[in-house]
Amino acid sequence: MATVEDRQFRVEPFPGGTPGNQRLVEEGRLPDYDVVGTRPIRHDGTDKVTGRARYGADIKLSGLLQGYVLRSPHAHARIVSIDTSKAAEVPGVHAVCTNADMPSADHRAGDLGEGIVDWYHLNQNVLANDKVLYTGHAVAAVAADSVHIAEEAARLIEVEYEVLPPVLDVREARGADAPVLNDDVRTDLQPAGETGDTPTNVAKHFHYEKGDVDAGFAAAELVIEREFTTETVHQGYIEPHTATAFWSPDGKITVWTSTQGSFMIRMQVAELLDVPISKVKVVPMEIGGGFGGKIAVYLQPVAAVLSKLSGRPVKLNMDRSNVFDATGPTPGSYMKVKIGVDAEGKITAGEAELLFEAGAFPGSPINPGCMCVFACYDVPNGRIDGYDICVNKPRTNAYRAPGSTHVALATETIVDEICEAQGICPVEFRLKNAVKEGDERVDGVTYPPVGMWETIKAVELSDHWQSPLEGPNRGRGIASGFWFNFGGNSVVAATVNEDGTVSLIEGSTDIGGSRASVAMQLAEILGIAAEDVTPTVVDTDSIGHTDVTGGSRTCHATGLAAIKAAEDIQAQLCQRAAMLWDVESEQVEYGDGATLTGPEGKTISFQEIAGKLTQTGGPVVGRGSVNADKHGGAFGTHIADVEVDPDTGKVQVLRYTVVQDVGTAIHPSYVEGQMQGGAAQGIGWALNEEYHYGDDGRLHNASFLDYRIPTCYDLPDIETIIVEVPNPGHPFGVRGVGEVPIVPPPAAMANAIFRATGVRMRSLPMSPPKVLHELLSSDG
Amino acid sequence: MAKQRIVSTSINGNPVEFLAAPRQTLLEVLRDNLDLIGTKEGCSNGNCGACTVIFNGRPVDSCLVLAVEAEGGELETIEGVAPTDGLHVIQDAFLGQAALQCGICTPGFIMSTKALLEENASPSEDEIRFHLAGNLCRCTGYDKIVRAVQQAAEGVTN
Amino acid sequence: MPRVHIPAPARDLTGGEVELELEATSVRRLIGALDERFPGFADRVLEDGELKPGLRVAVDGHVSAMGLLAQLEPGSQVHFLLAIGGG
Ligand code: FES
Ligand code: FES
Repeated sequence: MATVEDRQFRVEPFPGGTPGNQRLVEEGRLPDYDVVGTRPIRHDGTDKVTGRARYGADIKLSGLLQGYVLRSPHAHARIVSIDTSKAAEVPGVHAVCTNADMPSADHRAGDLGEGIVDWYHLNQNVLANDKVLYTGHAVAAVAADSVHIAEEAARLIEVEYEVLPPVLDVREARGADAPVLNDDVRTDLQPAGETGDTPTNVAKHFHYEKGDVDAGFAAAELVIEREFTTETVHQGYIEPHTATAFWSPDGKITVWTSTQGSFMIRMQVAELLDVPISKVKVVPMEIGGGFGGKIAVYLQPVAAVLSKLSGRPVKLNMDRSNVFDATGPTPGSYMKVKIGVDAEGKITAGEAELLFEAGAFPGSPINPGCMCVFACYDVPNGRIDGYDICVNKPRTNAYRAPGSTHVALATETIVDEICEAQGICPVEFRLKNAVKEGDERVDGVTYPPVGMWETIKAVELSDHWQSPLEGPNRGRGIASGFWFNFGGNSVVAATVNEDGTVSLIEGSTDIGGSRASVAMQLAEILGIAAEDVTPTVVDTDSIGHTDVTGGSRTCHATGLAAIKAAEDIQAQLCQRAAMLWDVESEQVEYGDGATLTGPEGKTISFQEIAGKLTQTGGPVVGRGSVNADKHGGAFGTHIADVEVDPDTGKVQVLRYTVVQDVGTAIHPSYVEGQMQGGAAQGIGWALNEEYHYGDDGRLHNASFLDYRIPTCYDLPDIETIIVEVPNPGHPFGVRGVGEVPIVPPPAAMANAIFRATGVRMRSLPMSPPKVLHELLSSDG
Repeated sequence: MAKQRIVSTSINGNPVEFLAAPRQTLLEVLRDNLDLIGTKEGCSNGNCGACTVIFNGRPVDSCLVLAVEAEGGELETIEGVAPTDGLHVIQDAFLGQAALQCGICTPGFIMSTKALLEENASPSEDEIRFHLAGNLCRCTGYDKIVRAVQQAAEGVTN
Repeated sequence: MPRVHIPAPARDLTGGEVELELEATSVRRLIGALDERFPGFADRVLEDGELKPGLRVAVDGHVSAMGLLAQLEPGSQVHFLLAIGGG
């Protein structure tokens, strides 16, 4: 077999896109599909461009009450008492609740599929009764005839606090004299280590080791060790959190909400309210962005409790400041990373110490951070220690490739420094060190076929890399990144209609066009048009358990379920045709062009047989149910051109290209959209976004005015190059797409800033004051 | 609550009268009193553009307008954009260019685009980006939105 | 025989051994065999007879959906990992 190095590639426009949308093609290998790889109009599109689509806040019910949540003004305090009596007396108020109105929770770990949650901590996060651990921590809630009445009443609730000193920095929080946030937290050494016995803020310590690290560094010609910091940032979805609940007299709770995972909401609500899951129905509304931040419950159990107390449906909406104060974010971090290379520029060893903010309760993405830090490169000897540390900030949640963006800043800028010191081209260095099938990560896992090398190859061949960048204060940087992706549980049911179309129902909420990409996979198997499939996302009573729309899993796993459902339909239709023709069903084949063929040249089309179902035994429903576990990882490499204003430190992005191995692009427009959107978030994280806290632990910039996400005027066109190294774990080769594009941008920007100015930025965000400070100190 | 007032206005070409308390924003009244839920709320303080409507020919953040200020004015919301027999060219362009992912920002972008193209039928890319900078989208990175506005501009001029 | 990778924090039990070959046809049996050879190993990975919350088993580089029930082939590679939450 030819080695990867002798294969011939070219970069060309991806059909149907704009000139900036390209793909890497290997000579002699082009995928051949009818529906996969085309760009149909998404099925839910018309509703979304006409304002008819109903999101979480759009639900209307008769007798609906509006609620308001009272939140802590302190970053760290013990709750001495809560007196709600005055609020309850306000005319128009129908219910007031605190943690005392919820069942008490104990310290049990719940497994949410993609991670674990301690039910006591979640109970305390939803409504605190012991301590408040961040400003904005919820303590009580009111339901009333209008939100204004509820807000006025909530202000009459008297909460007595014993204010405690906050701790906001991970290095301080792990110190022996730091105030301890949760007296139940002990350091858990993972994987398969022992648990400590003293109260601490350090909830977890992950430790990975491979090879002989000291010998690896001893064999290196060049060793570079650097320290990095990043600040807390938010997912920044445009739709605030919202939940509406009705607790019916028959004991059934219905929750209307926008979420990434209706089944995860069902599980959390049931557990926190101590009712069986079958008593909770979650109706997923359209969701206005999530990026990992709409998996945990905040408002849903509170709305349900208020409904129980009032006997009426209750809606709770967060405003934007609540969203910043109390949801999300992804951790700030401190990282120390060291890499050694030999004289030929091959990595000999790597070492990392990573400290991530957990926020109020344990649960930062430190473990994936550890597993991603050297994931792009073949590192023969490595040692990684990662710590999950509680601080007085909101409980952190997943944010697109959680943990990987942090660590890529460290590794990828050190790699750039090595290239600079050794005089090696950054593309060549990455081609030489890129992981390939069979390489082992520091955590011991070996890679299946992956496309890291191919993404670098595409960079090398791209117009962007080959076009010179000229002018003062300008520079070009590249950086790579990795994300695991995920498989998990998905269910699809597909009914054949008499007119030859298919109605598909699924449990995956659609955040970015997944209805279309799931329907297209069913259409491809059946040989019908994507437009002849009608996909609908249904509630938790109407389909089987489906994991979150997250982890870049939906197109892969729910797609697999759709493929299975399509195959089930094919098998059933073959039986029907056999019945019509009076032959054995093994003699019938479901062939190309949606035609069934039998012996003696008999044929019948999908459309025709769809019209004969009631005469041949009744409607046909195809079922697909999977717990997918061969999702394959994703790699991306980005190219950034920047210009740095030497007087202000402002960084302008001049040109930006995202290269990514997606396995196979089902709907290229939405694949490109994920690549572009992820890159934009990464650029915002790189240049601007950060939580500003006062020493008292108060968040100072809880608005889109002061927490500034990129606008269209801040960004250039974002070019894309889709690389398709098929994932053997999926019939069409789909890998996940959504997460890895956020990983490389901060490092790519930092490397570009260095090439523009000679200054290495090792702290995010690289905002004008910080860049200017570095520029001035390097001059001095 | 303070006394409600009757406000007379025109919405999407139809005369409408509604009751509003002095503290209520136009956004709140559109969504809660008039069931025009296509106008979205992202921040309630004028920073995201999800609530954009056209008020007397100009795009405004409806969360920053008091409902009583609509007295005697002409309002256009996302519900009034499509003709009865199909979609507006801007809506077609947003669909064709896949310019939306979650779609929560889309009504606001369409209203801002409509206002832009009514004022400047063939804007440059820089003008498009400048004009739309008050509308935030967290999903798309804006590239496909800009393409959609360019496509719509061609449709408007042709 | 399947090969099992011992996580670094559990190498105190295996005397520093990183990779072992053990006769076993399922992950559950593999853990039993490990515990026999290195007493205390099962306590590090099991709780009430199930994998500890959040702990996962990867077979041949893929986190298995079957956990303890995952079947092993003679050449299977087994890793213990923590669940990874995506966004
Ligand atoms: S809701 Fe009006 S600008 Fe954000
Ligand atoms: S499409 Fe989600 S915010 Fe724009």
